[in-house]
Amino acid sequence: MNYLYYPGCSLTGSAREYDLAIRSVMAAAGATLTEIEDWTCCGASAAAPVSHLLALSLGARNLALAEKMTAEGEILVPCSACYLNLKRAHTALNQHAEDRTRINAALSAVDLSASGRGRVRHLLDVLATDLGSDDLAGHMPRSLAGLVVAPYYGCQCLRPFVEFDDPERPVSMTALIQATGADVFAWEMGARCCGASLVSTRPSVGLKRVTAILRAARGADLIVTVCPMCQMNLDAWQARASRAAGEDLSISVLYLPQLLGLAMGLSKEALGLNLNLAVMEPFLEKIAM
Amino acid sequence: MSAPSTAPSENAALANIQSMVRACIQCGTCTGSCPNADQMDLSPRHMWRRVILGQLERIMASQTFILCSDCYTCTLRCPRGLPLTEAMERLKGIAFARQEAAHRQPRLFYLQFLETVRRHGRIHEMDFMRRYFSALKSPTVPLSFAPLGLKLMGKGKVELGFGKTADTPLTPLFDRVAQMDRATMQNTTREEHSA
Ligand code: SF4
Ligand code: SF4
Repeated sequence: MNYLYYPGCSLTGSAREYDLAIRSVMAAAGATLTEIEDWTCCGASAAAPVSHLLALSLGARNLALAEKMTAEGEILVPCSACYLNLKRAHTALNQHAEDRTRINAALSAVDLSASGRGRVRHLLDVLATDLGSDDLAGHMPRSLAGLVVAPYYGCQCLRPFVEFDDPERPVSMTALIQATGADVFAWEMGARCCGASLVSTRPSVGLKRVTAILRAARGADLIVTVCPMCQMNLDAWQARASRAAGEDLSISVLYLPQLLGLAMGLSKEALGLNLNLAVMEPFLEKIAM
Repeated sequence: MSAPSTAPSENAALANIQSMVRACIQCGTCTGSCPNADQMDLSPRHMWRRVILGQLERIMASQTFILCSDCYTCTLRCPRGLPLTEAMERLKGIAFARQEAAHRQPRLFYLQFLETVRRHGRIHEMDFMRRYFSALKSPTVPLSFAPLGLKLMGKGKVELGFGKTADTPLTPLFDRVAQMDRATMQNTTREEHSA
Protein backbone atom coordinates (compact mmCIF):
# COMPACT_ATOMS: atom_id res chain seq x y z
CA MET A 1 0.00 0.00 0.00
CA ASN A 2 1.34 3.41 -1.01
CA TYR A 3 0.40 6.77 0.46
CA LEU A 4 1.33 10.37 -0.22
CA TYR A 5 2.02 11.69 3.26
CA TYR A 6 0.95 15.17 4.38
CA PRO A 7 2.27 15.51 7.97
CA GLY A 8 1.09 19.09 8.60
CA CYS A 9 2.90 21.70 10.71
CA SER A 10 2.22 20.31 14.19
CA LEU A 11 3.93 17.05 13.33
CA THR A 12 7.21 18.90 12.72
CA GLY A 13 6.98 20.56 16.17
CA SER A 14 4.79 19.86 19.18
CA ALA A 15 3.49 16.57 17.72
CA ARG A 16 6.79 15.03 16.61
CA GLU A 17 6.04 11.80 18.44
CA TYR A 18 2.91 11.38 16.32
CA ASP A 19 5.01 11.65 13.16
CA LEU A 20 7.62 9.19 14.50
CA ALA A 21 4.97 6.66 15.54
CA ILE A 22 3.10 6.88 12.22
CA ARG A 23 6.25 6.31 10.18
CA SER A 24 7.34 3.37 12.38
CA VAL A 25 3.94 1.68 12.50
CA MET A 26 3.19 2.08 8.79
CA ALA A 27 6.62 0.71 7.87
CA ALA A 28 6.18 -2.26 10.21
CA ALA A 29 2.76 -2.92 8.68
CA GLY A 30 4.25 -2.90 5.18
CA ALA A 31 2.81 0.40 3.95
CA THR A 32 4.95 2.93 2.10
CA LEU A 33 4.74 6.65 2.86
CA THR A 34 6.11 9.26 0.46
CA GLU A 35 6.08 12.73 1.94
CA ILE A 36 4.53 15.37 -0.31
CA GLU A 37 7.40 17.53 -1.51
CA ASP A 38 7.36 21.16 -0.42
CA TRP A 39 3.98 20.87 1.35
CA THR A 40 2.76 23.97 3.19
CA CYS A 41 0.27 24.84 5.95
CA CYS A 42 -3.39 23.92 5.36
CA GLY A 43 -4.57 27.26 6.86
CA ALA A 44 -5.81 25.61 10.10
CA SER A 45 -8.91 27.36 11.47
CA ALA A 46 -7.37 30.78 10.79
CA ALA A 47 -7.69 31.19 7.02
CA ALA A 48 -11.41 30.56 6.41
CA PRO A 49 -12.78 33.43 8.55
CA VAL A 50 -10.37 35.84 6.85
CA SER A 51 -10.92 34.63 3.29
CA HIS A 52 -12.83 31.63 2.04
CA LEU A 53 -10.75 31.63 -1.16
CA LEU A 54 -7.48 31.76 0.80
CA ALA A 55 -8.52 28.72 2.86
CA LEU A 56 -9.44 26.72 -0.26
CA SER A 57 -6.26 27.77 -2.07
CA LEU A 58 -3.95 26.85 0.84
CA GLY A 59 -5.53 23.39 0.95
CA ALA A 60 -5.54 23.02 -2.84
CA ARG A 61 -1.85 23.94 -3.11
CA ASN A 62 -1.01 20.69 -1.33
CA LEU A 63 -3.44 18.69 -3.46
CA ALA A 64 -1.75 20.17 -6.56
CA LEU A 65 1.67 19.03 -5.30
CA ALA A 66 0.30 15.56 -4.57
CA GLU A 67 -1.18 15.33 -8.09
CA LYS A 68 2.21 16.18 -9.58
CA MET A 69 3.71 13.18 -7.74
CA THR A 70 0.93 10.64 -8.38
CA ALA A 71 -2.07 11.37 -10.59
CA GLU A 72 -4.66 9.60 -8.43
CA GLY A 73 -2.86 9.07 -5.15
CA GLU A 74 -4.13 8.37 -1.66
CA ILE A 75 -3.20 11.34 0.53
CA LEU A 76 -2.65 10.32 4.15
CA VAL A 77 -3.43 13.05 6.70
CA PRO A 78 -2.91 12.47 10.46
CA CYS A 79 -4.17 15.85 11.78
CA SER A 80 -7.95 16.24 11.85
CA ALA A 81 -7.84 20.01 11.17
CA CYS A 82 -5.57 19.48 8.14
CA TYR A 83 -7.85 16.66 7.03
CA LEU A 84 -10.88 18.95 7.18
CA ASN A 85 -9.15 21.69 5.16
CA LEU A 86 -7.82 19.34 2.50
CA LYS A 87 -11.25 17.71 2.24
CA ARG A 88 -12.90 21.11 1.85
CA ALA A 89 -10.52 22.04 -0.96
CA HIS A 90 -10.94 18.62 -2.55
CA THR A 91 -14.75 18.87 -2.43
CA ALA A 92 -14.70 22.41 -3.85
CA LEU A 93 -12.49 21.27 -6.74
CA ASN A 94 -14.73 18.32 -7.51
CA GLN A 95 -18.20 19.71 -6.95
CA HIS A 96 -18.13 23.44 -7.63
CA ALA A 97 -16.99 24.51 -11.09
CA GLU A 98 -16.86 28.17 -10.06
CA ASP A 99 -14.66 27.40 -7.01
CA ARG A 100 -12.42 25.24 -9.17
CA THR A 101 -11.86 28.11 -11.58
CA ARG A 102 -11.15 30.61 -8.82
CA ILE A 103 -8.83 28.26 -6.89
CA ASN A 104 -6.81 27.60 -10.02
CA ALA A 105 -6.66 31.30 -10.86
CA ALA A 106 -5.13 31.81 -7.38
CA LEU A 107 -2.77 28.82 -7.68
CA SER A 108 -1.45 30.10 -11.02
CA ALA A 109 0.34 32.78 -8.99
CA VAL A 110 2.61 29.97 -7.71
CA ASP A 111 2.63 28.04 -11.01
CA LEU A 112 0.44 25.20 -9.79
CA SER A 113 -2.93 23.77 -10.75
CA ALA A 114 -5.21 21.27 -9.04
CA SER A 115 -7.98 19.09 -10.43
CA GLY A 116 -9.08 17.29 -7.25
CA ARG A 117 -8.13 13.81 -8.40
CA GLY A 118 -6.88 11.38 -5.81
CA ARG A 119 -8.35 10.87 -2.35
CA VAL A 120 -7.85 12.59 1.00
CA ARG A 121 -7.73 10.02 3.82
CA HIS A 122 -7.50 10.41 7.59
CA LEU A 123 -4.92 8.23 9.33
CA LEU A 124 -7.67 6.54 11.39
CA ASP A 125 -9.54 5.62 8.19
CA VAL A 126 -6.39 4.09 6.70
CA LEU A 127 -5.59 2.14 9.89
CA ALA A 128 -9.14 0.85 10.33
CA THR A 129 -10.17 0.34 6.70
CA ASP A 130 -7.06 -0.29 4.58
CA LEU A 131 -4.70 -2.01 7.02
CA GLY A 132 -7.50 -3.37 9.21
CA SER A 133 -7.37 -4.75 12.74
CA ASP A 134 -7.00 -8.39 11.62
CA ASP A 135 -3.93 -7.75 9.50
CA LEU A 136 -2.43 -5.43 12.08
CA ALA A 137 -2.97 -8.07 14.79
CA GLY A 138 -0.71 -10.33 12.73
CA HIS A 139 2.09 -7.80 13.25
CA MET A 140 1.57 -7.66 17.02
CA PRO A 141 3.77 -10.11 18.93
CA ARG A 142 3.09 -8.38 22.23
CA SER A 143 -0.18 -8.36 24.16
CA LEU A 144 -1.26 -5.28 26.04
CA ALA A 145 -3.85 -7.25 28.03
CA GLY A 146 -4.72 -5.56 31.31
CA LEU A 147 -4.70 -2.05 29.86
CA VAL A 148 -7.97 -0.11 29.66
CA VAL A 149 -7.93 2.40 26.81
CA ALA A 150 -10.36 5.32 26.30
CA PRO A 151 -10.69 6.05 22.55
CA TYR A 152 -10.92 9.78 21.87
CA TYR A 153 -11.90 10.68 18.29
CA GLY A 154 -12.62 14.39 18.58
CA CYS A 155 -14.61 16.17 15.88
CA GLN A 156 -13.14 16.87 12.50
CA CYS A 157 -12.10 13.36 11.49
CA LEU A 158 -15.79 12.45 11.91
CA ARG A 159 -17.67 15.62 10.93
CA PRO A 160 -18.74 17.27 8.66
CA PHE A 161 -17.37 14.75 6.13
CA VAL A 162 -18.85 11.40 7.10
CA GLU A 163 -16.46 8.98 5.43
CA PHE A 164 -15.56 5.97 7.54
CA ASP A 165 -17.36 6.00 10.88
CA ASP A 166 -20.54 7.01 12.66
CA PRO A 167 -20.14 10.78 13.21
CA GLU A 168 -21.70 10.72 16.70
CA ARG A 169 -21.07 7.18 17.97
CA PRO A 170 -17.76 6.27 16.37
CA VAL A 171 -16.44 2.71 16.68
CA SER A 172 -13.49 2.52 14.28
CA MET A 173 -10.93 2.47 17.10
CA THR A 174 -12.60 -0.40 18.98
CA ALA A 175 -11.23 -3.28 16.90
CA LEU A 176 -7.81 -1.61 16.60
CA ILE A 177 -7.50 -1.30 20.38
CA GLN A 178 -8.78 -4.84 20.90
CA ALA A 179 -6.18 -6.13 18.43
CA THR A 180 -3.50 -5.06 20.93
CA GLY A 181 -5.11 -7.17 23.65
CA ALA A 182 -6.21 -4.11 25.61
CA ASP A 183 -9.78 -3.41 26.72
CA VAL A 184 -11.86 -0.50 25.43
CA PHE A 185 -13.11 1.92 28.07
CA ALA A 186 -16.85 2.58 27.68
CA TRP A 187 -17.60 6.30 27.74
CA GLU A 188 -19.68 8.97 26.06
CA MET A 189 -16.94 11.52 25.40
CA GLY A 190 -15.19 9.96 22.42
CA ALA A 191 -16.76 12.31 19.86
CA ARG A 192 -17.18 15.41 22.06
CA CYS A 193 -15.21 18.56 21.33
CA CYS A 194 -11.86 19.16 23.13
CA GLY A 195 -12.28 22.94 22.86
CA ALA A 196 -9.93 23.21 19.86
CA SER A 197 -8.28 26.64 19.61
CA LEU A 198 -10.57 28.06 22.33
CA VAL A 199 -8.04 26.68 24.80
CA SER A 200 -5.65 29.34 23.44
CA THR A 201 -8.06 32.16 22.55
CA ARG A 202 -10.59 31.76 25.41
CA PRO A 203 -8.92 29.53 28.04
CA SER A 204 -11.74 29.83 30.57
CA VAL A 205 -14.17 28.23 28.10
CA GLY A 206 -11.72 25.86 26.42
CA LEU A 207 -10.50 24.37 29.70
CA LYS A 208 -14.07 23.38 30.61
CA ARG A 209 -14.14 21.06 27.59
CA VAL A 210 -10.76 19.58 28.54
CA THR A 211 -11.87 19.05 32.14
CA ALA A 212 -15.09 17.27 31.14
CA ILE A 213 -13.17 14.81 28.98
CA LEU A 214 -10.41 14.10 31.48
CA ARG A 215 -12.92 13.63 34.29
CA ALA A 216 -14.97 11.17 32.24
CA ALA A 217 -11.83 9.16 31.48
CA ARG A 218 -11.32 8.33 35.16
CA GLY A 219 -11.06 4.56 35.44
CA ALA A 220 -9.16 4.16 32.17
CA ASP A 221 -5.36 3.70 32.12
CA LEU A 222 -4.94 6.04 29.19
CA ILE A 223 -6.64 8.04 26.47
CA VAL A 224 -5.64 7.64 22.82
CA THR A 225 -6.07 10.41 20.24
CA VAL A 226 -5.79 10.83 16.47
CA CYS A 227 -5.18 14.59 16.22
CA PRO A 228 -2.35 16.86 17.48
CA MET A 229 -4.79 19.57 18.59
CA CYS A 230 -6.84 17.13 20.70
CA GLN A 231 -3.64 15.62 22.08
CA MET A 232 -2.19 19.01 23.05
CA ASN A 233 -5.42 20.07 24.74
CA LEU A 234 -5.64 16.83 26.71
CA ASP A 235 -1.98 16.48 27.69
CA ALA A 236 -0.28 19.90 27.75
CA TRP A 237 -3.19 21.62 29.51
CA GLN A 238 -3.88 18.78 31.95
CA ALA A 239 -2.09 20.37 34.88
CA ARG A 240 -3.83 23.68 34.32
CA ALA A 241 -7.23 21.99 34.02
CA SER A 242 -6.55 20.12 37.27
CA ARG A 243 -5.66 23.35 39.08
CA ALA A 244 -8.73 25.18 37.75
CA ALA A 245 -11.04 22.31 38.67
CA GLY A 246 -9.37 21.70 42.04
CA GLU A 247 -9.06 17.97 41.43
CA ASP A 248 -6.45 15.58 40.09
CA LEU A 249 -7.29 14.94 36.44
CA SER A 250 -3.95 13.44 35.44
CA ILE A 251 -4.02 10.51 33.03
CA SER A 252 -1.68 9.22 30.32
CA VAL A 253 -2.49 10.38 26.79
CA LEU A 254 -0.95 8.66 23.76
CA TYR A 255 -1.47 8.87 20.03
CA LEU A 256 -3.26 5.78 18.69
CA PRO A 257 -0.29 4.63 16.54
CA GLN A 258 1.93 4.79 19.65
CA LEU A 259 -0.35 2.25 21.34
CA LEU A 260 -0.45 0.04 18.24
CA GLY A 261 3.34 0.30 17.97
CA LEU A 262 3.81 -0.95 21.53
CA ALA A 263 1.88 -4.10 20.66
CA MET A 264 3.94 -4.43 17.47
CA GLY A 265 7.00 -4.60 19.70
CA LEU A 266 8.46 -1.31 18.46
CA SER A 267 10.86 0.53 20.75
CA LYS A 268 9.97 3.49 22.93
CA GLU A 269 12.33 5.61 20.80
CA ALA A 270 10.79 4.52 17.50
CA LEU A 271 7.41 5.60 18.88
CA GLY A 272 8.65 8.86 20.40
CA LEU A 273 7.19 7.90 23.79
CA ASN A 274 9.82 10.00 25.60
CA LEU A 275 8.40 13.10 23.87
CA ASN A 276 4.87 12.80 25.27
CA LEU A 277 3.81 15.36 27.86
CA ALA A 278 1.49 13.08 29.82
CA VAL A 279 2.80 9.57 30.33
CA MET A 280 2.27 8.52 33.94
CA GLU A 281 4.21 6.02 36.06
CA PRO A 282 1.31 3.58 36.58
CA PHE A 283 0.95 3.26 32.81
CA LEU A 284 4.69 2.72 32.30
CA GLU A 285 4.68 0.08 35.02
CA LYS A 286 1.76 -1.71 33.40
CA ILE A 287 3.52 -1.92 30.06
CA ALA A 288 6.81 -2.57 31.89
CA MET A 289 8.90 0.09 30.13
CA MET B 1 -29.44 56.46 18.91
CA SER B 2 -29.00 55.68 15.25
CA ALA B 3 -27.22 52.49 14.30
CA PRO B 4 -23.74 52.96 12.83
CA SER B 5 -23.94 52.63 9.07
CA THR B 6 -22.69 49.36 7.68
CA ALA B 7 -20.17 49.16 4.86
CA PRO B 8 -21.46 47.73 1.57
CA SER B 9 -19.07 44.76 1.78
CA GLU B 10 -20.52 43.95 5.19
CA ASN B 11 -24.03 44.00 3.80
CA ALA B 12 -22.98 41.53 1.15
CA ALA B 13 -21.30 39.30 3.75
CA LEU B 14 -24.36 39.42 5.99
CA ALA B 15 -26.69 38.68 3.06
CA ASN B 16 -24.56 35.65 2.30
CA ILE B 17 -24.90 34.36 5.88
CA GLN B 18 -28.64 35.12 5.82
CA SER B 19 -29.03 32.92 2.76
CA MET B 20 -27.25 30.12 4.64
CA VAL B 21 -29.69 30.13 7.59
CA ARG B 22 -32.89 31.47 5.97
CA ALA B 23 -34.60 28.06 6.20
CA CYS B 24 -34.14 27.86 10.01
CA ILE B 25 -37.30 26.70 11.81
CA GLN B 26 -36.02 27.73 15.27
CA CYS B 27 -36.20 24.18 16.63
CA GLY B 28 -33.20 24.66 18.94
CA THR B 29 -31.39 21.46 18.00
CA CYS B 30 -28.22 23.48 17.33
CA THR B 31 -28.31 25.02 20.81
CA GLY B 32 -28.95 21.66 22.43
CA SER B 33 -25.98 20.17 20.56
CA CYS B 34 -23.44 22.90 21.16
CA PRO B 35 -20.72 22.06 23.71
CA ASN B 36 -20.13 25.79 24.33
CA ALA B 37 -23.74 27.01 24.43
CA ASP B 38 -23.69 27.45 28.22
CA GLN B 39 -20.95 30.08 27.82
CA MET B 40 -22.62 31.98 24.97
CA ASP B 41 -24.58 35.21 25.51
CA LEU B 42 -26.85 34.39 22.56
CA SER B 43 -27.68 30.74 21.96
CA PRO B 44 -26.96 29.51 18.42
CA ARG B 45 -30.72 29.34 17.69
CA HIS B 46 -31.11 32.91 18.90
CA MET B 47 -28.13 33.99 16.80
CA TRP B 48 -29.74 32.68 13.59
CA ARG B 49 -32.87 34.66 14.42
CA ARG B 50 -30.78 37.87 14.74
CA VAL B 51 -29.01 37.06 11.49
CA ILE B 52 -32.30 36.62 9.63
CA LEU B 53 -33.53 39.91 11.10
CA GLY B 54 -30.29 41.57 9.95
CA GLN B 55 -29.41 42.98 13.40
CA LEU B 56 -25.72 43.30 12.67
CA GLU B 57 -24.83 45.59 15.59
CA ARG B 58 -26.48 43.24 18.10
CA ILE B 59 -24.69 40.31 16.50
CA MET B 60 -21.29 42.00 16.56
CA ALA B 61 -21.69 42.82 20.25
CA SER B 62 -22.08 39.10 20.97
CA GLN B 63 -19.33 36.59 21.85
CA THR B 64 -21.30 33.64 20.50
CA PHE B 65 -19.52 33.11 17.17
CA ILE B 66 -16.10 33.57 18.78
CA LEU B 67 -16.97 30.73 21.16
CA CYS B 68 -17.69 28.34 18.31
CA SER B 69 -14.94 25.69 18.35
CA ASP B 70 -15.82 24.21 14.92
CA CYS B 71 -17.09 20.88 16.28
CA TYR B 72 -19.69 20.55 13.49
CA THR B 73 -22.25 18.87 15.75
CA CYS B 74 -24.93 21.48 14.97
CA THR B 75 -24.21 21.21 11.24
CA LEU B 76 -24.56 17.45 11.46
CA ARG B 77 -27.83 17.52 13.41
CA CYS B 78 -29.74 20.53 12.02
CA PRO B 79 -32.99 19.08 10.60
CA ARG B 80 -32.85 21.62 7.77
CA GLY B 81 -29.30 20.66 6.84
CA LEU B 82 -27.98 24.22 7.23
CA PRO B 83 -24.20 24.92 7.12
CA LEU B 84 -24.14 26.38 10.64
CA THR B 85 -20.46 26.02 11.47
CA GLU B 86 -19.59 27.83 8.25
CA ALA B 87 -22.09 30.56 9.14
CA MET B 88 -20.33 31.02 12.52
CA GLU B 89 -16.99 31.13 10.67
CA ARG B 90 -18.27 33.89 8.39
CA LEU B 91 -19.53 35.92 11.36
CA LYS B 92 -15.98 35.74 12.75
CA GLY B 93 -14.83 37.07 9.38
CA ILE B 94 -17.09 40.14 9.59
CA ALA B 95 -15.96 40.88 13.16
CA PHE B 96 -12.27 40.56 12.27
CA ALA B 97 -12.65 42.78 9.18
CA ARG B 98 -14.28 45.43 11.39
CA GLN B 99 -11.44 45.16 13.90
CA GLU B 100 -14.03 44.88 16.68
CA ALA B 101 -12.23 45.69 19.96
CA ALA B 102 -14.13 42.95 21.79
CA HIS B 103 -12.62 40.32 19.48
CA ARG B 104 -9.09 41.68 19.40
CA GLN B 105 -7.39 38.67 20.97
CA PRO B 106 -8.75 35.95 18.66
CA ARG B 107 -8.35 38.29 15.67
CA LEU B 108 -4.65 38.82 16.40
CA PHE B 109 -4.22 35.10 17.03
CA TYR B 110 -5.62 34.27 13.57
CA LEU B 111 -3.89 37.13 11.76
CA GLN B 112 -0.46 36.40 13.23
CA PHE B 113 -0.95 32.74 12.38
CA LEU B 114 -1.61 33.65 8.75
CA GLU B 115 1.27 36.10 8.71
CA THR B 116 3.61 33.25 9.71
CA VAL B 117 2.16 31.08 6.94
CA ARG B 118 2.61 33.88 4.38
CA ARG B 119 6.25 34.37 5.36
CA HIS B 120 7.37 30.78 5.83
CA GLY B 121 4.75 28.52 4.25
CA ARG B 122 4.56 26.52 7.44
CA ILE B 123 3.90 27.27 11.09
CA HIS B 124 6.87 27.29 13.40
CA GLU B 125 4.91 27.19 16.62
CA MET B 126 7.24 29.23 18.81
CA ASP B 127 7.86 31.86 16.13
CA PHE B 128 4.10 32.19 15.73
CA MET B 129 3.52 32.51 19.49
CA ARG B 130 6.20 35.19 19.72
CA ARG B 131 4.51 37.20 16.97
CA TYR B 132 1.12 36.75 18.60
CA PHE B 133 2.35 37.91 22.01
CA SER B 134 4.13 40.96 20.63
CA ALA B 135 1.04 41.97 18.61
CA LEU B 136 -1.11 41.49 21.70
CA LYS B 137 1.05 43.70 23.94
CA SER B 138 -0.37 41.99 27.00
CA PRO B 139 1.89 41.14 29.93
CA THR B 140 -0.40 38.44 31.32
CA VAL B 141 -1.32 36.30 28.33
CA PRO B 142 2.28 35.14 27.57
CA LEU B 143 2.67 34.22 31.24
CA SER B 144 -0.24 31.83 31.04
CA PHE B 145 1.49 30.09 28.11
CA ALA B 146 4.92 30.01 29.78
CA PRO B 147 4.54 26.60 31.48
CA LEU B 148 3.57 25.05 28.15
CA GLY B 149 6.52 26.68 26.38
CA LEU B 150 8.90 25.35 29.03
CA LYS B 151 7.43 21.87 28.75
CA LEU B 152 7.85 21.84 24.98
CA MET B 153 11.37 23.24 25.23
CA GLY B 154 12.28 20.62 27.81
CA LYS B 155 11.24 17.98 25.30
CA GLY B 156 13.29 19.64 22.56
CA LYS B 157 10.13 20.14 20.55
CA VAL B 158 10.52 23.79 19.60
CA GLU B 159 12.11 25.54 16.67
CA LEU B 160 12.57 22.26 14.92
CA GLY B 161 11.46 23.80 11.65
CA PHE B 162 14.15 26.45 11.46
CA GLY B 163 16.99 25.67 9.14
CA LYS B 164 15.78 22.12 8.63
CA THR B 165 12.77 22.51 6.39
CA ALA B 166 12.85 24.63 3.27
CA ASP B 167 11.08 27.92 3.69
CA THR B 168 8.36 28.38 1.09
CA PRO B 169 7.04 31.94 1.29
CA LEU B 170 3.49 32.11 -0.03
CA THR B 171 3.33 35.86 -0.60
CA PRO B 172 2.44 35.57 -4.32
CA LEU B 173 -0.49 33.29 -3.47
CA PHE B 174 -1.70 35.56 -0.64
CA ASP B 175 -1.42 38.63 -2.92
CA ARG B 176 -3.34 37.00 -5.75
CA VAL B 177 -6.14 35.90 -3.39
CA ALA B 178 -6.38 39.42 -1.89
CA GLN B 179 -6.59 40.87 -5.39
CA MET B 180 -9.36 38.44 -6.39
CA ASP B 181 -11.28 39.04 -3.15
CA ARG B 182 -11.13 42.81 -3.72
CA ALA B 183 -12.43 42.42 -7.27
CA THR B 184 -15.35 40.28 -6.07
CA MET B 185 -16.19 42.83 -3.39
CA GLN B 186 -16.18 45.70 -5.90
CA ASN B 187 -18.50 43.74 -8.17
CA THR B 188 -20.99 43.04 -5.37
CA THR B 189 -20.88 46.68 -4.31
CA ARG B 190 -21.54 47.80 -7.88
CA GLU B 191 -24.47 45.39 -8.15
CA GLU B 192 -25.89 46.75 -4.90
CA HIS B 193 -25.69 50.32 -6.19
CA SER B 194 -27.35 49.52 -9.48
CA ALA B 195 -30.03 47.42 -7.78
S1 SF4 C 1 -30.99 23.22 14.32
FE1 SF4 C 1 -31.23 24.24 12.31
S2 SF4 C 1 -33.43 24.59 12.11
FE2 SF4 C 1 -33.07 24.12 14.29
S3 SF4 C 1 -32.80 26.13 15.27
FE3 SF4 C 1 -30.77 25.42 14.70
S4 SF4 C 1 -30.40 26.29 12.67
FE4 SF4 C 1 -32.60 26.43 13.06
S1 SF4 D 1 -19.92 23.96 15.43
FE1 SF4 D 1 -19.77 25.73 16.82
S2 SF4 D 1 -21.86 26.44 17.12
FE2 SF4 D 1 -21.99 24.40 16.22
S3 SF4 D 1 -22.22 23.04 17.97
FE3 SF4 D 1 -20.02 23.15 17.52
S4 SF4 D 1 -19.19 24.81 18.81
FE4 SF4 D 1 -21.46 25.02 18.77
